Parts: sequence; C-alpha cells; structure tokens
Amino acid sequence: MADSSSSSSVGIDLRGITLGYDGGPLFAGLDFQLMPGQCTCLLGPSGVGKSSLLRVIAGLVPLDGGDIRCTDGRSIKKRIAWMGQSDGLLPWLTVEDNICLGARLRGERPARDRAARLLKDLDIAPLAGRLPATLSGGQRQRAALARTLMEDRPIVLMDEPFSALDAITRSRLQALAAEALAGRTVLLVTHDPLEALRLGHRIHVMTGTPATIEPALCPDGAPPRAVDDRDLLTLQATLLGRLAGAVERAA
Amino acid sequence: MIARRPLLVLAGFLALWQAVVWLTGVPPFMLPPPVAVLRSLADHAGLLAYHALVTSGEILAGLLLGVIVGAASALAMALIPALQPWMLPPLVLGQAIPVFALAPILVLWLGYGMVSKVAMAVLIIYFPVTAALFDGLRRTDPGWLDLAHTMGASPLRTLWHLRLPAALPAFGSGLRIAAAVAPIAAVVGEWVGSGAGLGYLMLHANGRSQTALMFAAMVVLMAIALGLYVLIDRLLLHLTPWAPHSLALPNGRNP
Repeated sequence: MADSSSSSSVGIDLRGITLGYDGGPLFAGLDFQLMPGQCTCLLGPSGVGKSSLLRVIAGLVPLDGGDIRCTDGRSIKKRIAWMGQSDGLLPWLTVEDNICLGARLRGERPARDRAARLLKDLDIAPLAGRLPATLSGGQRQRAALARTLMEDRPIVLMDEPFSALDAITRSRLQALAAEALAGRTVLLVTHDPLEALRLGHRIHVMTGTPATIEPALCPDGAPPRAVDDRDLLTLQATLLGRLAGAVERAA
Repeated sequence: MIARRPLLVLAGFLALWQAVVWLTGVPPFMLPPPVAVLRSLADHAGLLAYHALVTSGEILAGLLLGVIVGAASALAMALIPALQPWMLPPLVLGQAIPVFALAPILVLWLGYGMVSKVAMAVLIIYFPVTAALFDGLRRTDPGWLDLAHTMGASPLRTLWHLRLPAALPAFGSGLRIAAAVAPIAAVVGEWVGSGAGLGYLMLHANGRSQTALMFAAMVVLMAIALGLYVLIDRLLLHLTPWAPHSLALPNGRNP
C-alpha cells in the first residue's frame, strides 16, 4: 500500500540538541538517530520532552543549540509529514478537501486521483464528501492518516496519534498505519508500550532532566506484530520495567 | 408553525397596551392605542416608506463600510503583528469615547445629509467587528497552525485558508452586534440634524403632537432592525454551517 513515489529512505541525525524550557534545560547536548526506512518509537514519562523533540525535528520549535541533519546531507525542510495529537481536520472542509489540505496551503493543484486512491486504501472512500463532524473517532483518524500520507514525505512524525481511540479501533488503525507507512522513516511518540512493540523497529525510552535517550530495544520480526505474540508480551514486561525505572528516577 | 411563540408574545403585548389605554384613559397624544398606530401606518404608508428607505440606506452603507474597514484592520493586525501595538491601544481608547457624543460634531463636519449618519454607523460598528474578528484570528487551534507550518504554507495562505475560516464564527458574533447597533447609530444621527429618515420623521411628528405617526415610525424602524438581524443571522448560518449555533438544531448528515 505504501506509495511508490516517495523518495528513497533517509535517516535523521540529531547532534548536541539543546533546548531550554521555562528556565530549565529540557535537552542539553542530546544525540539521537532515526534509521532510514524504519519506525522508531519513543516512550517516556509525561513531560520528559518526547513531544518537544518531535516539534524540534519538525522545525516547529527553534533550537537553542545543536544540529539536525538528514543522512543524505540534504536539508530536512519540506521532507516531513506531521500527524499531531488531535486529528487536525478542518471542520469546514469535506474529508477529501481535508486530505488535499497541503496542496491548498501551498497553492498547488491537489492530486485528486491520489487522494481517492488513499481514501480507498484506508477504507473511507464513501466518506469523501462528508464533513469531519459527522465522522466517528476512528474514521477521523483514518482521514488524518490519509492527509499525512497525501503529503508523501520520506519522514513522518507522529505524536500519540491513536491515543484517543478505543482499544479495538486503535489496534486496527495501528495495523493499517504500519502497512501504509512501510518504507518511510517514522518517529512515533507514544505512551503505550504495546503500541511501540507492535509498530516500532526500534524502541527508545526517554528519561530525566535534561532528557537522555536509552539504547534501542529492537523486537524481532517486522511490524505490525501480532498482539498475541508471546515474545511481545515478555518484551512488554521489560519495557514496562524500564519505564517504571524512568518514572522513579524522575520523581 | 414557525414563530408561534413570538406572535403570542406580540399579541399579549398589544392587548396589554390597549388595556393600559382603556384603564388609565391616557390622552392619545401621550399614548395612542395600537389601533391608532396601525391606522397611521396605513394612512402614511408612502411617507413612512420614503423615510424608511433613507434610514435603510444609511444603515446598510454604514454596516457595509464598517464591516469592510473593521475586517481589513483585523486582518492587517493578524498578518503583520508589528501593527498590533500601534493599532490596539487607539482601538480600545476609541471605544471609550461615547460615540453618541460625537454625533453633533459629525453633523457639524459632514453636514445634514447621509454622510454624517453613515460615518456615525461606521464608528459605532468598527470596534465590535474589529475586536471580534481579531480575537477569532488569534485563537486558531495551535494544532492546525503546526500542521500548516509542516506543510510549508505561507503566512498569507495560512490566514486565508485556515485562520479566516476558523475565525468566521467569532466574526459572526461581531456582525450580529453590528447589525443590532447600526440602526441606533443612524437614528441618533438623524435626531441631531437631518432633513429625512425615520429619526427625522419621529422628531417632526413629535413637534406636531402626531404621536401615532411617531409610534408608526418606531414600528417601521423596529421592523428594519429585526429584518436586518435575521438576514445577517441567516447569512452567517449559511457561511458557517459547521459552527454551533444556539438557534439551530444539530443537523448531522447520516450515511
């Protein structure tokens, strides 16, 4: 399902990231890598700076120090698609127009046929002409995912995109997202260890002030992994242990 | 079916009015009975229509101009933040001036004709319109702005495609206030000095103890103000169907 027109995978190299927040340092010389074509999941206690790191990479927050580079040496600008905590659907636009928002905001002609294909791939084709207010939470999140994919960028940044959904809807959307995002470089911030284990090639825990990032946990097999996998459940226990440690150290 | 309750309230009000006239025996040049006002409406239909046309023209021109100038100010402040410290204090200060006190000066400067009344309406509308739209433009969902930023949108396109539509419901509140106060501005302007309009007609009738005609002019003015409000309200409902509206029923389309 992944769109073949996306350019070849590219990684991101963060070096010496420094960012102050309310006087205190959130990051002081933080190093971090995103592997090309892989999904990296970031877990950690609330307020540790997961979302801030995502915003820094997206260019939404100016850095106080450090350097963000793509592994191919080109600028990161215009190579990022963003999916925030809320679905961000504009209530006055139909689902189809919402999906074409990027083109509209750049003054380009939207690729309607591509939008139609994405709607079909995500099973929301019949909703194309509806307004967001008439959709369920799961349908809205599918539309937001379609809008993210429509941007067709090699790097996708996601900030707890499925946290507001019920367990069944979330599980379905995780599988759908993993399939649709395959081949892209993804950074997914989440507070759900199981979500990270289902979707992530590499899973990191972020802790402390200023924040540090622990070495990656790399589960076997390709995402999306089955929820009933015994190894996955063992790993979940490990991950929960790491997270609990992080929370204790923060307290 | 529609507006049954307002009609009932109106009938009750008319009955009360008639009862007060009967019970107190107040002379008709103090309080004419409703029937006399109705008769005056019919007898002077042509005269009332002429003056209503003048006043409506003033109201509409003032409303249009005030909304254009107010919206332009709000958009300019939103697009060029450097303008805000220059424009906001005079805006708030200007609101502190009682605009009605300016009416004699406006008539002195701009004459007895339509221009002074339109200026009066523009002045009185400008603040609520500018404040409402600017406030709406400032309160865009930060999540939407993040999205627009990562999509590489220019500030102008973000304003046009995102911040302005998002601010329309807030702008609507300003417009509704403007529609309600514009008739007041026009009539006050006419009272201070004019040769035509419903305000002029009321003063003229008052001077000749034609109290029924005065009341008739007032009824016409109320009808104009009400019509204008309903028109603006309908227009806003049509422009912002997604915005919650106190008078509308939720109207989600089903698959």
